[in-house]
Amino acid sequence: MSEEKSDLIDVQINGEWHSFPKGTRMIEACREAGVEVPHYCYHPKLTSPGNCRMCLVEMGMPPRPRPGEDPPEPDEDGHLPISWIPRPAIACANTIAPNMGINTESAMTEECRKGVMELLLANHPLDCPICDQAGECSLQEFSVEHGKGESRFREQKVKKPKNVEVGPRIRLDDERCIMCSRCVRFTDEIADDPVLGFTDRGSHTVLTVYPGRELANNYSLNTVDICPVGALTSNDFRFQMRVWFMKETKTIDVNCATGANVTVYSREDKIYRITPRQNNDVNSDWMPDSHRLNFHWIESDARLTDPLVKKGDTHKQATWQEAVATSADALASLEGSEIAVIASARMTNEELLMTNRLVKHLGAGHVDTVTRTGEADGYLISADRNPNTNGVKLVLGLDDPGSQIDAIKEGIEQGRIKAIIALQENLVEDADFSADLLGKLDFLLTSYPLANPTADVAHVVLPSAGWAEKSGTMINVTGRLQRLNQVIDGPGQTLESWEIIRDLIQATGGGNGIYAVNDIFKQLTQEVSEFEGLTWGQIGDLGIPLIETGETIPLLEREAERKAKGLIVG
Amino acid sequence: MSFAVPSDLEKEIDDRITHYPVSKRSAVLPVLHALQHHFGFIEEDAVEWAAAKLELEPIQVLEVVTFYPGFRQSAPGKCHIRVCRTLSCAMAGSYELMDSICEKAGIDRSGVTHHNPIAVSDDGKFSIEFAECLASCGTGPVCLMGDDFHEAVTDVDGLLSQYK
Repeated sequence: MSEEKSDLIDVQINGEWHSFPKGTRMIEACREAGVEVPHYCYHPKLTSPGNCRMCLVEMGMPPRPRPGEDPPEPDEDGHLPISWIPRPAIACANTIAPNMGINTESAMTEECRKGVMELLLANHPLDCPICDQAGECSLQEFSVEHGKGESRFREQKVKKPKNVEVGPRIRLDDERCIMCSRCVRFTDEIADDPVLGFTDRGSHTVLTVYPGRELANNYSLNTVDICPVGALTSNDFRFQMRVWFMKETKTIDVNCATGANVTVYSREDKIYRITPRQNNDVNSDWMPDSHRLNFHWIESDARLTDPLVKKGDTHKQATWQEAVATSADALASLEGSEIAVIASARMTNEELLMTNRLVKHLGAGHVDTVTRTGEADGYLISADRNPNTNGVKLVLGLDDPGSQIDAIKEGIEQGRIKAIIALQENLVEDADFSADLLGKLDFLLTSYPLANPTADVAHVVLPSAGWAEKSGTMINVTGRLQRLNQVIDGPGQTLESWEIIRDLIQATGGGNGIYAVNDIFKQLTQEVSEFEGLTWGQIGDLGIPLIETGETIPLLEREAERKAKGLIVG
Repeated sequence: MSFAVPSDLEKEIDDRITHYPVSKRSAVLPVLHALQHHFGFIEEDAVEWAAAKLELEPIQVLEVVTFYPGFRQSAPGKCHIRVCRTLSCAMAGSYELMDSICEKAGIDRSGVTHHNPIAVSDDGKFSIEFAECLASCGTGPVCLMGDDFHEAVTDVDGLLSQYK
């Protein structure tokens, strides 16, 4: 053996040797070697109680020589022979050891899996056709792969509570529960709200919420995601759509500056569900309920679908050409110093670059964005409720976003500012502009996805795409550049903001040459030094660190601590 | 009536907890035994009191209470009877003994289920449940009257009269 102390350990998995760092769990070693070990209770972000027994594998170690016997000879690669242990081991909670052998294909392993599956299914209801989990159910999948196909259980199945409201957003079917305890551990270890537990342990074990309390914390729906079966279901999603009909789009959450990575499930331009997508540098595996459920407005009746131009006292439906030409005419008669552009930190970097162009092209005297703050929740929600404040600073070049809003109000009051272009912001409700104040303007243009009081008093109203209907990039609170990907098409005549701004620039005599959002990204890489040398593809699904902000995400810090203690795999 | 733990009981419980220096959670069984011994059963307030005492969540204590059939969540009678129903006693007539006690003590067992094994007489004097082996297989049928052990029970009237 070499004198040098190596942190890598050689392990044989299904006959092939691999090297892994010391301390790696057997199940993770198998995963990295491309060997799937079926499991229910194990989750890398939670402690491993090892209670489901699904990950049992055959394990072996080098034989120990009997007294007087010669130790085994290593082969030419330095590996010792493996003596297989006649009793299986759980792969989730055990770590690898030097020269360990793991066999996931042996008769013993297969027999273990069959046995565990048979017992789990003995009392499980056969209601897959009406179960929301069907299609993404671990029990269903492993039953196909490792189950017996038929049950030998001829007795009455145990009856347990069904359709239990465990919280305002979640329903529980105790008969479907396989007692993996992931939800119990999540509420205890991650959400710090331990209201779930198992009572009446034995053949009647039931998952229970403590009497008089409810699973109501803002992270409760994550338990539905990690439930391997259909025991916990989301009130919002249940019975809405079969999972195999939906398209999955990887994108990011825009409800706060954290920019949680999400998967959006849609079918035929309708969003049905949003779930967190693993990104260990942003949101781990989780997201808050408040953010997850904030998508129903996308199909609200208040969505603007056509450009509107005010004629007399009423808004009349117009074509894009008419609306843009009307705007260009109104702006042409004004000095740059009389124009203010109010953009949004909800816009993508690409839209902000176009905004910057518009500001320069018009020579607008004032530009700002609207700030949106709340309380940081100490988990994933940032105090900054705008998703791209860092983009505003970097791309639009504002040092202190929101600081000019009062000056703009004063300018309108004094008649110095005669026109406002409000992009993706509702000035009346979100920035405290009164309708009377806006009424003093010669020209107010607003583009927004929804009808709102600002649009009521605007001369031109342009329908714009919501976050799910456009692509671009944003920079989160930690300075990470992430991609927003289009999920569905916007309703009616809506356009993405960058298209709207491009058309405005063109109509007021500026240049064009931009046909796709990627073109703007290319220009970003040429014009903003931080973006230099980047490509769209490089950002990938998980984003890349772009700038240092010194900000951290509290939940990730705590997970890192737990990982360092060896409590979780991470 | 509000739930209150008398100071001498609390002192006894505090003392028992000191026997488990590594983790207070380990003391959950002795604490629950002390509470049940004093109050006769473990009500919801007692679960919450024990949880606060042991710095646990109430659900963690409830898990233990519901696991052991020995812990009761509702009030038993003044004298709680356990009739052995394991094989030797069953063959020696424990089911007949159960029926006889119920008839003479005025206990209706029709509401007994897996989750609710105890039946109480209307006058509250007696409650009854089946128990597993009480370790006197040669002298069945046997039963426990509170903490008193009775073997080869035949005279039910005489037995009950001792506890009226």
